[in-house]
Amino acid sequence: MTAVLENHATESTETEAGAVPSFEVTLRIRRYNPESAHGDQAVWEEFTVTAHGTDRVLDALHKIKWELDGSLTFRRSCAHGICGSDAMRINGRNRLACKTLLKDVNPDKPITVEPIKGLPVVKDLVVDMEPFFASYREIMPFLITSGNEPSRERIQSPEDRARFDDTTKCILCAACTSSCPVFWTDGQYFGPAAIVNAHRFIFDSRDEGAVQRLEILNDKEGVWRCRTTFNCTEACPRGIEVTKAIQEVKRAMITRAF
Amino acid sequence: MTATQSPGTIPAPRTRYTQRTTTRGNFELYSWVFMRASGVLLVVLVFGHLFVNLMVGEGVKAIDFAFVAGKWSSPFWQIWDLLMLWLAMFHGTNGVRTIINDYAERNATRGILKTLLYLAFTVVVVLGTLVIFTFDPCPTNADPELLASFCTA
Repeated sequence: MTAVLENHATESTETEAGAVPSFEVTLRIRRYNPESAHGDQAVWEEFTVTAHGTDRVLDALHKIKWELDGSLTFRRSCAHGICGSDAMRINGRNRLACKTLLKDVNPDKPITVEPIKGLPVVKDLVVDMEPFFASYREIMPFLITSGNEPSRERIQSPEDRARFDDTTKCILCAACTSSCPVFWTDGQYFGPAAIVNAHRFIFDSRDEGAVQRLEILNDKEGVWRCRTTFNCTEACPRGIEVTKAIQEVKRAMITRAF
Repeated sequence: MTATQSPGTIPAPRTRYTQRTTTRGNFELYSWVFMRASGVLLVVLVFGHLFVNLMVGEGVKAIDFAFVAGKWSSPFWQIWDLLMLWLAMFHGTNGVRTIINDYAERNATRGILKTLLYLAFTVVVVLGTLVIFTFDPCPTNADPELLASFCTA
């Protein structure tokens, strides 16, 4: 840690061997503030900051907020790709600002940063996540069992655990749901994230609520609205095979019906 | 979806969470399975139809009024064409229905588009079915000048 700090202090004076190169980067941010002069109109605003090769988009946003314009508003909590707070549309793709290196999104041109689509914008990059979480609650994301509580942990074989391992990785950042074209036009659709989290319990050998969850997702706005465009799989910052999970839920429903 | 509350208000702690109004039922499931099954069947029917009409015998040059009349005099081709018509119409209409559901945002637009779609579906299916079963190349009491050459009264 100290080595990094020393490095940081020296590199501004002159680039020496092993120093992190720095460059100018322009961020084109979609601003929205109903209380500003622009009113209900969202506007693009450009900021140019000095960034380093190791910097992420989040670092550039921090620099803007801390040094250039304190009114810039965005969510972030852990800043290390775990909390799922800072999903945003960077250069037209949903990504986590804390996991996207500036050098990976072509810093030679202005980098566009927008709020995720399909959810109502509150201010700047902050959206109202309530519709997203409402769908999540709907699929009952908790263990459903019957009988007495065991006095020890619920035992599960490694194979049974591996069955739903992929979908346990979800951090509820909404990158998948807000990349889904069906969700953009129809906010009623459950969305990939809710289906992924249902998948996590439907295929859990310890859970007994699979039938209820399949029944919920058999809704008109459930899994059958999925058009397999794979936007969600591409957007997922955790690398979950979202579309595959949705197809597995579909298959479970069909084998149950026939 | 839950009722949107104005920002800054906290719901009363004892209010129960309201579930969304469900539109459950197996219709969407069956329609999804139907699309796959009818798709596979249509591949066979359509390519069989094209092969018989365009490749077998004299090929495309053989197609004229008499050729169609000859085909429809056999119950096999009547059933084949009927199946093709019905499956294609159900398959296509269901596909367009899902597209309307996906892209029409307002309820009124969706309603109008779907009404037009179902109307077109009914007209084509009824008319097509009627033609396949009641087709008569040489109707009696018709003007002889309008009749096909092979109609020898």
